[in-house]
Amino acid sequence: MRRLFLIGLPYLWLLLFFLVPFATVLRLALSDADLAIPPYTPRWETPGWAGLRDVIAGWDLENFVWLTGDPLYYRAYLSSLWIAAVATVLTVLVAYPIAWSMAQASPRWRTVLVLLVILPFWTSFLIRVYAWIGILSNEGLLNQVLMAVGLISDPLIILNTNTAVYIGIVYTYLPFAVLPIYANVERMDPALLEAACDLGCSRLEAFWRVVIPLSIPGLLAASFLVFIPTVGEFIIPSLLGGSDTLMIGRVLWDEFFANRDWPVASAVAIVLLVLLIVPIVLFQRQAQRQREAEQ
Amino acid sequence: MIELTGLSKRYGAVSAVQDIDLKIYEREFFSLLGPSGCGKTTIMRMLAGFEEPSDGTMRLGGEDLIRVPPNKRPVNMMFQSYALFPHLTVADNIAFGLRRDGLSRGQIANRVAEMLRLVQLTDLAKRKPDQISGGQRQRVALARSLAKAPKLLLLDEPLGALDKKLRTETQFELMDIQEKTGTTFVIVTHDQEEAMTMSSRVAVMDRGKIVQVATPSEIYEYPQTRYVAEFIGDVNLIEVKAGNAVEDRLTLNWPGEGPISALVKDPVAAGTECALAIRPEKVVISRDRPALDNVVQGQVTDIAYLGNVTTYHVETGNGQILKALVANAQQSAAQGFTWFDMVWLGWNADRGVVLTQ
Repeated sequence: MRRLFLIGLPYLWLLLFFLVPFATVLRLALSDADLAIPPYTPRWETPGWAGLRDVIAGWDLENFVWLTGDPLYYRAYLSSLWIAAVATVLTVLVAYPIAWSMAQASPRWRTVLVLLVILPFWTSFLIRVYAWIGILSNEGLLNQVLMAVGLISDPLIILNTNTAVYIGIVYTYLPFAVLPIYANVERMDPALLEAACDLGCSRLEAFWRVVIPLSIPGLLAASFLVFIPTVGEFIIPSLLGGSDTLMIGRVLWDEFFANRDWPVASAVAIVLLVLLIVPIVLFQRQAQRQREAEQ
Repeated sequence: MIELTGLSKRYGAVSAVQDIDLKIYEREFFSLLGPSGCGKTTIMRMLAGFEEPSDGTMRLGGEDLIRVPPNKRPVNMMFQSYALFPHLTVADNIAFGLRRDGLSRGQIANRVAEMLRLVQLTDLAKRKPDQISGGQRQRVALARSLAKAPKLLLLDEPLGALDKKLRTETQFELMDIQEKTGTTFVIVTHDQEEAMTMSSRVAVMDRGKIVQVATPSEIYEYPQTRYVAEFIGDVNLIEVKAGNAVEDRLTLNWPGEGPISALVKDPVAAGTECALAIRPEKVVISRDRPALDNVVQGQVTDIAYLGNVTTYHVETGNGQILKALVANAQQSAAQGFTWFDMVWLGWNADRGVVLTQ
């Protein structure tokens, strides 16, 4: 009985907070937009089984077909995947040296450094993204400093471009990349690097042939942890991006709040979820393999 | 072949290794022996090139070694943790160093096969390090470090991670391989038994300094300091004051007991505080007074029966505990000493060593 309860608890959680909302969204996606409150049809008006039958009879895949008709949607999906992929590579490239040097620090310092990596979470994400507007704008901190130093004479236009979006994503998701890479390289025997040097490698070659291959599990985990949430990212592209920054999160927002077309917005969300199932499953498989290798 | 002169290593104000002068010859099996923190690993890491000496010179075959980076030294190291590359197979681990040398595929394959035969692991060539046992990993590490045919092989506690039985077997295997390949081995260990069994010469270290360099038997029979005598094997140390000497026979005044005598190589001034070191197996124990140079009476306080030998702890009249080791040649305890028996201990003058340090 206790066992059943213990196993049942997480499933109950999933049912309440994942399956029920998902069913709601799916139902919306199958409905049609309507000028009403709530703004979709069919609504479940007559209680009981008969009413439910009417609702189901009113469902169709029209919204999904609609998504294929307008190039805006698939361009937004592709552009989101592309931006997420580029941002993931950039984030991991920045995170790796940070994680590596953290692992080289003395054990006492490591605790402090891990804390520092997590520290940004203590302030609101939204405020931190707003802060970047202040840094990146034409009269912002970055341009003022660069012009004062004399490196540039005209301000760089960064805000409201994809560059700003990349900066925002790298900054925001850095801890998610640093921590798994750090956990991976921290466990590495420092003698491995020495052994490689001893057998004839230069420091750089040793790093490339031994440390990097052994870091792959950490790099993969970091990539998935950045890529998956970035594809659907909404706040960073809307605050830092420009009008030409096309990301599916913004399209979703517009459908919901500007067009008040809940059914199409739901269809957009469902397709996004399906797209992300692939990397999520890959991530799970990778984590599983990693656990097995450690046993 | 290897010549260290005035070699020192300091970390800030802390001195890890001080003023080491050492010569290691070709084809030698040389041990650096000492407790942890005595600086033996630092010397090895300087030879490998992972640490830079603060002072002194290091020559290998007449050539200055200090300027050569670790990846260019004709020196290879077998790490205490083995440091096998977990993402490579056994064969690829062994081939790792050869590939860096730019040898042809055929040459590499031949050399790897030869190394696998040497350590008897041919069947496991395709396995990954986490798919083989600890003893096998140890042999892969050895094969990998020998693959490039280094002039000098450094072994950091090579048997430390193995269990006792495997360790004894591996000791002989290591000696075999050393003989077959003719490589100079320098091994770092804190296990005196390991050093004694395998080495041609042993350097005993204490707090960053080399205390004595000699063959295992010389170290055991003629330790130069109290530290060496106590570190290697079991020993009775009797604190005495030197008396007069007649030729090489020195009289020692043992407080509370009669004078005893010992042979010395170098003269010791009368009145010097010194210690007489005598190994337990050189002390004769008997019921009747033995006809030996030095005798003392005492009472048995402890008996340690180990099967092949028995150690008797005997308290002499002045309260000193002396140990006497008796081989159990007969099956029953025929000698029949038991607790509180009054016994005689005796040894000849040439059995003990006088230590002034």
